[in-house]
Order: sequence, then C-alpha cells, then structure tokens
Amino acid sequence: MTETVETPQTAPNSRFAKFWDGDFAWSFRHSPVALVASLVVVVLVLAAIFAPLIAPYNPFDPATLNLMNGFTPPGTPNAFTQETFLLGTDDQGRDVFSTILYGLRISLFVGTAAVVLAMIIGVILGLVAAYYGGWIETFIMRVADVQLTFPAILVAMLIFGIAKGVTPPEYRNEMAIYVLIIAIALSDWVQFARVVRGAALVEKNKEYVQAARLIGRGSLPIMFRHILPNVLSPVLVIATISLALAIIAEATLSFLGVGAPPTQPSLGTLIRIGQGFLFSGEWWILFFPACTLLALALSVNLLGDWLRDALNPKLR
Amino acid sequence: MFAYIVRRMFQSVIVLLVVGLVAFSMFRFVGDPIDNMLGQERTQADIDRLRTELGLDQPFPVQYFKFLQGAVQGNFGVSYRQGRPVSTIIAERAPATLELAFVSGFLAITLGIALGVFTAIRRQGIAANVIMTVSLIGVSLPTFLIGILLIYIFSVELDLLPSFGRGETVMIGNWSTGFLTASGLKALILPAITLGLYQMTLIMRLVRSEMLEVLRADYVRFARARGLSDRVINFRHALKNTLVPVITITGLQLGSIIAFAIITETVFQWPGVGLLFINAIQFVDIPVMAAYLMLISVMFVTINLIVDLLYYAIDPRLRVDARAT
Amino acid sequence: MSLLKIEDLTVEFPTRRQLFTAVNHANLSVKPGEIHGLVGESGAGKSTIGAAVMGLLERPGRIASGEIKLGGEQISGLDAEDMRGLRGKKISMIFQDPLTSLNPLFTVREQLTETILTHIGGSDADANNRARDLIDRVGIPDPDTRLDQYPHQFSGGMRQRVVIALALCTEPDVIIADEPTTALDVSVQAQILDLIKELARERQVGVILITHDMGVIADTTDRVTVMYDGKVVESGLTAQVMGQPKHEYTKSLIAAVPRPTLKLHRFPQISYGGRETRFAIDDMARHWPTVDNDSSKPVFEIRNLSKQFLLKRGLLPWDRTYFTAVDDVSFDIQAGEVFGLVGESGSGKSTVARMIAGLYPVDGGTIKFNGQLVSDLSNKAVQEEYRRQIQMIFQDPYSSLNPRMRVDEIVAEPIRHHRLMEGKEINRRVDELLDQVGLGAEAGLKYPHEFSGGQRQRISIARALATQPRFLICDEPTSALDVSIQAQILNILKDLQEYLGLTILFISHDLPVVRQMCDRVAVMKQGRMVEIQDTDDLFANPHTEYARELLRLMPKLDDLSTDGLGLES
Repeated sequence: MTETVETPQTAPNSRFAKFWDGDFAWSFRHSPVALVASLVVVVLVLAAIFAPLIAPYNPFDPATLNLMNGFTPPGTPNAFTQETFLLGTDDQGRDVFSTILYGLRISLFVGTAAVVLAMIIGVILGLVAAYYGGWIETFIMRVADVQLTFPAILVAMLIFGIAKGVTPPEYRNEMAIYVLIIAIALSDWVQFARVVRGAALVEKNKEYVQAARLIGRGSLPIMFRHILPNVLSPVLVIATISLALAIIAEATLSFLGVGAPPTQPSLGTLIRIGQGFLFSGEWWILFFPACTLLALALSVNLLGDWLRDALNPKLR
Repeated sequence: MFAYIVRRMFQSVIVLLVVGLVAFSMFRFVGDPIDNMLGQERTQADIDRLRTELGLDQPFPVQYFKFLQGAVQGNFGVSYRQGRPVSTIIAERAPATLELAFVSGFLAITLGIALGVFTAIRRQGIAANVIMTVSLIGVSLPTFLIGILLIYIFSVELDLLPSFGRGETVMIGNWSTGFLTASGLKALILPAITLGLYQMTLIMRLVRSEMLEVLRADYVRFARARGLSDRVINFRHALKNTLVPVITITGLQLGSIIAFAIITETVFQWPGVGLLFINAIQFVDIPVMAAYLMLISVMFVTINLIVDLLYYAIDPRLRVDARAT
Repeated sequence: MSLLKIEDLTVEFPTRRQLFTAVNHANLSVKPGEIHGLVGESGAGKSTIGAAVMGLLERPGRIASGEIKLGGEQISGLDAEDMRGLRGKKISMIFQDPLTSLNPLFTVREQLTETILTHIGGSDADANNRARDLIDRVGIPDPDTRLDQYPHQFSGGMRQRVVIALALCTEPDVIIADEPTTALDVSVQAQILDLIKELARERQVGVILITHDMGVIADTTDRVTVMYDGKVVESGLTAQVMGQPKHEYTKSLIAAVPRPTLKLHRFPQISYGGRETRFAIDDMARHWPTVDNDSSKPVFEIRNLSKQFLLKRGLLPWDRTYFTAVDDVSFDIQAGEVFGLVGESGSGKSTVARMIAGLYPVDGGTIKFNGQLVSDLSNKAVQEEYRRQIQMIFQDPYSSLNPRMRVDEIVAEPIRHHRLMEGKEINRRVDELLDQVGLGAEAGLKYPHEFSGGQRQRISIARALATQPRFLICDEPTSALDVSIQAQILNILKDLQEYLGLTILFISHDLPVVRQMCDRVAVMKQGRMVEIQDTDDLFANPHTEYARELLRLMPKLDDLSTDGLGLES
C-alpha cells in the first residue's frame, strides 16, 4: 500500500526529489546543529521583517513613550503605571522587546547589504584577476594584500571617519546607516576576491574552459557562464561566515559610537546604551539585546561551519 | 637571502608610501583644518597666516613630501582637539597599548596553537568537540561583549579585579610600565583576556583546519606506512607543515590585535592609543587619525617582514627559489 | 612457504545508501623474492587490498571477514600499536605519486634516519651509514650530497627512488607498491621497475605490485591475480594467465590491450558485464556533409612553430626567465589521415596541439589551414570560421565537461555559439547526437557527474561533432580510461576517420596506441621534432637514436594471448 502512494509523489517533481535525496540535503536533514541554527535564523529574520506588526510598541514614536515607565524590570508591573513589559523597559520607558525587534531590523539590514555588496565587488574582481592575469591580477591582488594587513574593523572605522568628515553634520544621522554598509563592505570584499581568485585559477586551467574557448566563446560568457557557477560553493561559505562577521562588526562599530545613530539604534547601539545601566542593577537593558546578538551571530556561524563541511566532504 | 630581504623591504616601503598618501589625503581634504583650529571668531588675516604656517598654500606634491618628511621624524602636527603635538600624545599613550597587545598576543598564539593541535589530533574526542563548540561561541561573541561580561563577573559581582584603567604605573625613561606594580598587573588581566580570547579562537580554528589538511597528505600516509609513531607524525611531520600557512595568518592576526585594542580600550577605559583614536574619530581629529594610521602600518609592515623571514627559515623550497634569483 | 597470505578477505564500506563491498572473498599469497601483480580496472578493489594489508583502510572501511597472515602470524585485527610496529619494519609501501609522498620540509637524510632509528635503533652514525648505502643502492648518484637535499630538488624518477629507499630502509619482508610508475614517463618507468625487480631478488622481499597496466604485469611480475568488481577472477603464473587466460573477463581485458606489433582494423570488443555500448556511425554518416578529401594538398601546413613560456615574472625584461616549450617545428597534415604526435611529458606535443587549436597564441611561425593563415588570432572572421571546422577531445573526461551544465546544454553550446540552428531544431540535433554516440537522448537531462569516464568521453565526442567539423584534435583522449573503455573510444575515433573522412591529430605518449591509430607519426623531444615517418616504417625502422630508445623501452606484449583478436580468419 505504501508503494502505491509513494511512487506518484516522487515522480512529478523529480528535480526536487533528487535534491532532497542528494548528499547535501541529506546531511542537512541529519544535522541537528544545522536544523536548529537555521530555525533560529529564520525566526530572527521573520521577526525583523515583521517588526512593525509584532512589536507591541513603536519605540520611536514619542507619543507612546511614558517616562514614568522607565526602568521597569522584565515581567513585573511598573510601580507607577502598573504596566507590564515582557523584557522590561529602558531609561526612557521604551519597551526593550520592541527596541530589540527594530534593532534586529537595522543589524540584519546593514549586515546583509554589506555582505551582498562585498560579494559583488569581491567576486567580480576575483574573477577578473584570475581570468586575465598579468598586471591586472597583480594590481588587484596587491591592493587586496595591503588592505588585508589592515583589520576589517579598522578599515571600516577609517572609512566611517572620513565619511563623517566630508558629510555635512545635518545629514550625518541619515547617512550613517549607508556609510556603515559601505564601510563594512569595503573592508570585507578582500575575502571574496581571494577565495574566488584561488578557485577560479584552478577552474580556469580545467579542460572544460579550454573546450569553451575552442568553441569560440568570449571572455565574459566563459567567466560568468562557465567559471562562476563552479566557484560558487566556497563563495557561499565565505558569505555566510562574512554575514556573522558583518553583524558583529556593525554591532562593534555601533557600540563604539561610530555606527548606527541613537535615532536608528541597532543591537550594538542598544548594548552601548545598556552598558551604562549594568552596574546599577538594570541588567535587562543590556542582557536581552546581547543575547539576541549572540543568538544571531552564533546561528549564522554554525550554519557557515556546517556549510563548509557539507560542501567539502573530504574534510570529515 | 640578502636579495630576498631587500626585495621584501622594498615592497614594505611602497606599502608605507601608499598608506602615507592615504593618511595625507585625509589630512588635506577631509574637513578644513583651518576651520577646525580657529574658532568662530577669526579674521581673514588669521586664516592666511595659519595657511602659510601649515604650508597649505604650497602645491600638493610639495605638501606630501613635507608630510612624509615630518612623518619620518615622528612629526604629525598638532591635535585639533588637544592643541598639543600629536607625537607627544602618542608617545604617552603607546606603552599602554603595546603592553596590552604583547600580553594578549602571547596568550593568543601559545594557547591558540596548542589547542588547535590538540583538537586536530583528537578530532573525535569529547574534549576536542567541546573546545570546538565553545570556540564557535567565542567567535560569535563580539569582543566588547566579552569585556562587559568579564567586568560584570569579576569586578561587579566578585569584586576581584579593577574594571577600568591601568592601575599604578612606573616610569622607566619615557616608558610607563604597568608590569612592575601589583595593581598594574591586576588591571592588565581582564583587558588582556578580552583582547586575546577572540584572536586565540581564530588561531586555534586555523591551526586545526590546516593540520587536518596536512594529516590527509600523501607524505603523512607514507610516514604512517613506514610505521613512524603518532607522536613523530603529529608533532614533527604534520606540525612543521602546518606552521607554514599558519605563520602568515597569525602575523595578520597579531596586527589586528593592535586594531582590536581599540574596542578593549574603550570597554576598559584603558589609556592607550586605541582610545585616543576612537575619540579622534568622533571629533574628526585628523592629525591624530593620520598619525595612528601611519603608526600601525609601520607595525604591520614590520610584522609582515618578520613573517616573511620566518617563512624563509621554515620552508626550504623558498630558500632555493631565492638562491636561484 | 608463502610469506604473506590473504585468505577469504572481504572489505566493506558502509555508506548511507548501501553496504559497498570493495573486496569480496579475495585470496592471494606472496612468496619471498616474488613479485605478485594485482591487476584490474578502476574500482576493482586492488588498492583496497593493499590498504587492508597495511592496516590503513580509510574510514569507514572495515575488514568484514577473512584473514591476513604474515609469516604464519595473523596480522588482520591487530590493535593500532602492534600494527604500527609491523608497518615499515615487516611490511612497507610505495605510493603512486613520488611528488606528494615525501615531506617537503625535511631532507632525505632526516626522513631516512628517522625511519631507521624508529625500527632498528642503534646510533645516529649507524643510521647515517645505512641511509647512505641505501641511497647508493637505489641508484642515486653522489649520495653524500643528495642525502642533505630536500625532495623538491629531485626529479620525479629520483624521488621515486628515494621513496623506494625509504620503503626498504628497515629490511621489510613484504612491500606493497601501489601503481608505483603510473605518474612517471615510460623511460623512467622501465628503470624503476627494473630496480624493484632487482631488489626483490636480491633481498628476497615479497612484492605486491598493484597496477592497471598489462604491460607492466607482463614485463615485471612472476605471478598475477586479476580482479573484477571486488572479486578475484583468475590467479596464476604470469606467463600462463597472460598467455592462456581462462576467465572471460581476463580474455576481454587482454584482447583490449593495444599491441605494438600488429595493426588491427578495429579493437575486438569482447563484452563482459554488459559494458559494451553501441555507436551509430551509419546514422551519422548519412547526414554528414561530404567533402572530397583532396590528397594532393595538405590540410595543415605548419612552419617553424615556436612557443616560449614565462617561468619567472619580472618587471624588467632581463629579470624574466623563459622556457622554450616548442622550438622550430614544421610539418604537414594530409587530408583524411590520422597524424600522431608522440613524446614524453614536457616534449611540447600538447603545446603544439593547443597552438593549432588556437588556445595558445604562437610566438613564432605560421599555421595554415586549407591554405588560409589561422595562427593570427586577431583576425576574428577567419577565427570564427576556423573554429567551426576544428574540434578537440581532451585527456581528462572528468574535467573537460563543465560540472554545472546539463549535458544537453554542453552539446548545444557550439551549435548555439556558431548560430548553426535555432529553437527546436537544436534540441533535435542534440538528441540525435547523444543517441548516435550511444548514450540515448535522455542522457541530455542529466549532469556530467552522473556518467562514467567512458560515457563522459562520448559526451565530449558528441560536443566535438556538433558543428560537423573537418578536423579533430585528440589530446591523449584515452590515457585516463580503463583499457576496455579505451578500446571502445579508439574504435569510435577510427570510425570517424573512416566513415566521415575526418582528419585527426592524435597526441599520445603510448606507443602501442599510436601504432594502432595513426597513419603517420612525428616524434617530439624537448620541444623539437626529431623524426616524422609513416607509422609502419617508424616501428620497423626508426631513424633516430631517440625513437629507437623509446621503442626499446616500450612494454613488449609478445607473451600476451592473442585470443579474440580475430587473427584466425
């Protein structure tokens, strides 16, 4: 009986069934770490996207703020207003749960945008360097080498500092997020460029690329149609790990006060704010944003770790 | 050998010139120094006088040359914010950062390599897996959170160690050291752990993956087939081959310790150059930023040079290539 | 009295889908001083036996049943520490690739003395003397200097000698040599095999020689065991097994080996295990545009061709060092012939092919195709037309197809690029081609990794034929394939020449294959062309010393059975 049910199910979408039964999906389904980590990431991403719908308060609408609600501990009613907040409130009476949701939004947006930008720059430059070689390669990789000697966070800070110097003060807050994205992206493209170049150099010498050249294909189709799809797996791994790094970098910059402005607080900004109250006993203002940040970064890192092993089976 | 070193040094000088150009361009084009240095009440005469004084009326290459000339002599102009020579400010602050970086770098390298080797050899063991999991948390935990956590536990709750500052320092010549006093050493513990932990996990994970790679190599299989003991294979054959790539990355990591010191110094209010730099960024204090940039690039370049020399000492293939040229 | 005895050995690799039995109830024994060949095609389980004896099975492989006995004592199932004591001391191993089996960071002396001290002990001076003697014994000149050099300072053949010295340095009873000469040139291969033979006799060492090469087996071994799909199918004295094979598989395997002595019209295809696949040359010939081959004018006129590669980059011209890969080479290729290009690795034969294919720009000289200059890559119009006329089949079927493209896309790419057809017509043409090379149209929906090496080479052929070219370059098209698959592919190439009138440039290091395939042969050495002759004349009467030497070193396959070659009729 089971046979008659199963066969028609797998037959129509055989592409998906093949993938589902493939080693990659199999290793995903059988790795509790990967499953839990991706679940956490999905929940956090959904929470960030739908923050305006989920959050009980809009923390940036002054009308809903009541200073009397300040410093309410989590889960207990406020002494004056008798209002209860799931994760407590900060000094200005803002609901911590709501600020985390909005902060997550900023953190994820900056992190993702920065990684995508870095990936585009890095992949293109890496491919070009590997394919053309010669002085183009030397130039790109020298720039990459020099930049690599400077830690990403420092490069991001410098770019941020320069941007702060050239933008008029009245635009600084508005521009801050975009400056942050560009700063992190420009500090991170090197990883992509190096990995893509390394992989592309191997692929370039394989005979299928020569076969394509023999047919008469031009440089662009060979680079993007033939080589690129074959170097994507390491790019995927780097992108995942970079996402975790970018989120941490953003939080760090914001924590240092050179990132997201207080008007658009990211998780890092929230931690910066909370740090001041840690020693006076209002631990929840720091604790919950910090936990969210850790959960996000850890899940993404775990996924990246798993991806690296899954895409490189000889490592196990 | 000699040609090899000369070539590397030549490359280093080019890097420094490029960084110098970036630093100088910042100096010159980001914000108007005149604006920064003179207050609201200024006259055109004041502006012109200062412009000539700072040499801003001269052509760009001349200014760049003068900047380099000054930089070589350690002269980076005057801080916009403090009104004192940048070189003096940095000289006061450098010992704090260097001592912190030295201690945490030492911790990171020794523990990182030891744990990396351990987790690679005992790949299936429980201890190794626990260490790997914890290390992933370490990588995911931003440095500043580690610092805050340590302060909360050891300063606020247990009240064992100071949460900020360097403690008492002793002057040896122009160098103020915290190594010689009890309070100085106590103050060093938390910042050094904070700064070293992240680097240590990175080095450890790197050593582990490189070592696993080497352990799969044919010559290790052949060594096994010759019946060499596990100890010889792991610590003689595999470790030496692992060190070749590890040295490069570790060199880079050491460089980033200086940069990550910015975060640690902010958290612990450690009076080093990192804290100086972060304040400079907030106040767009360009001369300090430029000087800091030059300072750490000199350090990076030096570290890279040392790395290259170590490479040369370890890998005989390089020696022959170098001799051939 | 046998030294090593393998009884009823079964090795299994549990995977998530099934239990894979790599070795299935195999028996084998080796006497002192005897070289025992273990032959079979890829996946036959021969290397797994070697690893099982050494106790070096890769996870998750395990010995499921059977025993391995060394000098009467059972060694399978020993614990790791006891096994380690045996490895190196009693049994030793030689790996395939001498380039990667030595640790690059230690001198030869360090690697030798370390092994000697581990197993024999004694003083450093003793170990050093022993190391020196061994290096001298394996035929490395100037042992005192060479001992203190690093592996990268040795050539491939010399490195394999070092590996042999390392395997011998503790006087083992048994040596397992896993494809010890596969990565080496023919001339070096002969020397290394001679060395192994000498040492086995002299020291009464039992050797298991694992190889896929029937020539090596026939020349070197005393006894041979033939494996197929994890099972031993035949075992016995080499002369007997090779001369009068009993098992059907052994017969098919021996029949598929190209002979240097007599040229056959087609390779016999005795199918075993249902691996024969059809090739529909008649269908293809029906639709092929017929061009009369004008034998008076050559298809290719190649004059004074040369190519240099930059070895070391430098900013200044005098800092750069060059390597001359091809040096003043001239020859013609006649219409409809198979022109062979032979030489050892580094002789420049592939470089010549790649220049003709337009993959490398020429540094000097000219290439004319049907009287048209084609070596000027900047003339786009000529290049486009030229590229439609020539195609290439590559050596490595695993890297010559883009793994991320579906097979139908791969075959359609040349058609689309040259805009030979449109829309549905392309699909029809691709289906037809795949059908004709014997894969069936449904193969187009799969990806390359779902095919075996021989099938992939058929996909390559389908791609090469998609533009209906006049000229085919084959760069070692079968050197990565098993011998039975090689026979199939070579037959296809012969069909293409005969029925479609294709002109073929055939590059190979394998003289027997060249003998079977080519009408004329050019011999290359260090970038220069030393001799061009008709194939029959070259094999009968080589003009140059180098060609004579190559022919002398070629494995003699006179002892091989001629069953199934169709010589009776």
